[in-house]
Amino acid sequence: MIQLEGIEKVYRTERIETVALTNINLTVGEGEFISIMGPSGSGKSTLLNVIGLLDVPTGGKVALNSKPVTSYSDRNLARVRNEEIGFVFQTFHLIHDLSVVDNVEIPLLYRKGISSSERRKLALRALDRVGLHARVHHFPGQLSGGQQQRVAIARAIVGNPRILLADEPTGNLDSQMGDEIMDVLKGLNENEKTTVVMVTHDPRQAEKTERVVRLFDGRQVS
Amino acid sequence: MLKNYLKIAFKVFLRRKFFTFISLFAISFTLIILMVATALFDNIFAPQPPEDKADRSLYVFGMRFQGPENQSTGPAGYVFLDRYVRTLPNVEKVSIYTTPNTVYSFWRGAKIKSFLKRTDGEFWQIMGFRFLEGGPFTADDEKSANFVAVINEATRHKFFGDESAVGKMIEADGQQFRVVGVVANVPIYRMNPFADIWVPISTSKTNAYKSQLLRGEFQAAILAKSTADLPAIKSEFESRLPGVEFPDKREFNTAIGGADTFFEYTSRMLIPSQQMESQPRKLLVIIISLMVLFMVLPTVNLININVSRILERAGEIGVRKAFGASSWTLVGQFVTENVLLTLIGGVLGFFGSQFVLKLIADSGLIPYAEFHLNYRFFVYGLLTALFFGLFSGVYPAWKMSRLHPVQALKGAGGSR
Repeated sequence: MIQLEGIEKVYRTERIETVALTNINLTVGEGEFISIMGPSGSGKSTLLNVIGLLDVPTGGKVALNSKPVTSYSDRNLARVRNEEIGFVFQTFHLIHDLSVVDNVEIPLLYRKGISSSERRKLALRALDRVGLHARVHHFPGQLSGGQQQRVAIARAIVGNPRILLADEPTGNLDSQMGDEIMDVLKGLNENEKTTVVMVTHDPRQAEKTERVVRLFDGRQVS
Repeated sequence: MLKNYLKIAFKVFLRRKFFTFISLFAISFTLIILMVATALFDNIFAPQPPEDKADRSLYVFGMRFQGPENQSTGPAGYVFLDRYVRTLPNVEKVSIYTTPNTVYSFWRGAKIKSFLKRTDGEFWQIMGFRFLEGGPFTADDEKSANFVAVINEATRHKFFGDESAVGKMIEADGQQFRVVGVVANVPIYRMNPFADIWVPISTSKTNAYKSQLLRGEFQAAILAKSTADLPAIKSEFESRLPGVEFPDKREFNTAIGGADTFFEYTSRMLIPSQQMESQPRKLLVIIISLMVLFMVLPTVNLININVSRILERAGEIGVRKAFGASSWTLVGQFVTENVLLTLIGGVLGFFGSQFVLKLIADSGLIPYAEFHLNYRFFVYGLLTALFFGLFSGVYPAWKMSRLHPVQALKGAGGSR
């Protein structure tokens, strides 16, 4: 499903060169649920961004479904992100000016051939799947953190991506809400066979995943 | 997708009220100024009744006479126009008339101020005045020095209220005239036909005008048989100027001027040149350049405003990129927002310019002003505003769309 081969990521400025990732080799199979752990600054989020095609590695190859995507154009990367990948962020990144249902519809806006009524239907179904069908016309600011993260998950899954990338999805939530979000992610992984890659600091949540990848100073240590 | 764009655009406009106000103000204010300026320009220079034959009319508004030590620019003397304009070949009619003079009438205990123009019978045949009652005076009236007058509607009201005026006597500048006709008011900026009272030249208090060759208070209107004859008439008149017989060549020995439209004459007066040449194209280029400059300044401001307006939405850009928006899709979104803002500004500008024109007309500062918004210019103005709207939106949108998605997502904790 996801193949990373010899991934390097170096941030260069005029004076400083910062190595974020060194020789990362990772394969994530279809339907797997893995977590990436490591201390702050170890390169977890950078790795997730590289997998999610939000960041381009300085070296190495990224392949999704056996297709190398490293050299894709901006437009093609956008299309792959839209069709194959869903993102869940620690700080939710909901658009506060849009209602819950409008936020969830966003990925479908960039997909061709979907009518507005179809879009609305799919968004409502996604919200139903995360247990938020009663709040569709609320605005993000009117929801609790846990509810906002559910909206973010609904947005991530509305286009039925096969890969879900979650960057510390429980990091801004209390333990009870965090557990609820983990249950949603587990449910998606088990019931829909969605591949989930989650960055987390929390060993308790990492234990719930099938495999833990550990990073230290940009190197894969397990 | 457009609905989503518009929805978020309105939300952003409402949330950032100050930015929205500044943007709308810049767009609508620019458009108001441009619309009002073009409306004034159009009302002053474009053919309008009673100059309904302007397409085949030329005017001698003023002349410059130069001598070794003297120079005089202004309306010419009666004799000059009578000798060198009235005798032009192949023209249909020529009229000679004074510039409007301020005169006072003492009427039933009140002092009435009016503009009086002395003219001839041909004047009424060249100009298409709308008569409310009676008719014009004739060439015979002028020849016989009949004390007859045509007055405008406002003057009739001042003298006679709502009553008919034809056949009644009025007093103007110490002279008594019998009213033969009443015409609709003509705005003061229509330089050729404008006056409150029109009387024959021959009723002048003295005959001095009959010997004024160079300096005077007279202008002339030339009606050609067809538009095609205008260039020939112009060159014929100019060819006559070197042959002007000056009474005292030590005082004046050169005549400079031409038979012009009002716009050509304005260019002659405004653009300095030794020979006081008519340069209408140059004047038009200057006017258009000033208008473009006037639009560029708010556009530069709009670009800056847009950059900061979009910059604060880095988080949203990151989210949209993460979920599949390409850079060009984002450019489309932000440009749509800008065009929407420009259109709203355009509508405000439209109503604003109507209001300002009405304000100017109602203020009474410009006698009998009737300003109409030129819809053709409004469409041009709106298109230009749209162009600048696009221009001021594309650059910031393009700049922001290049933002790296990871940096964009880091740019905002929540995507406000």
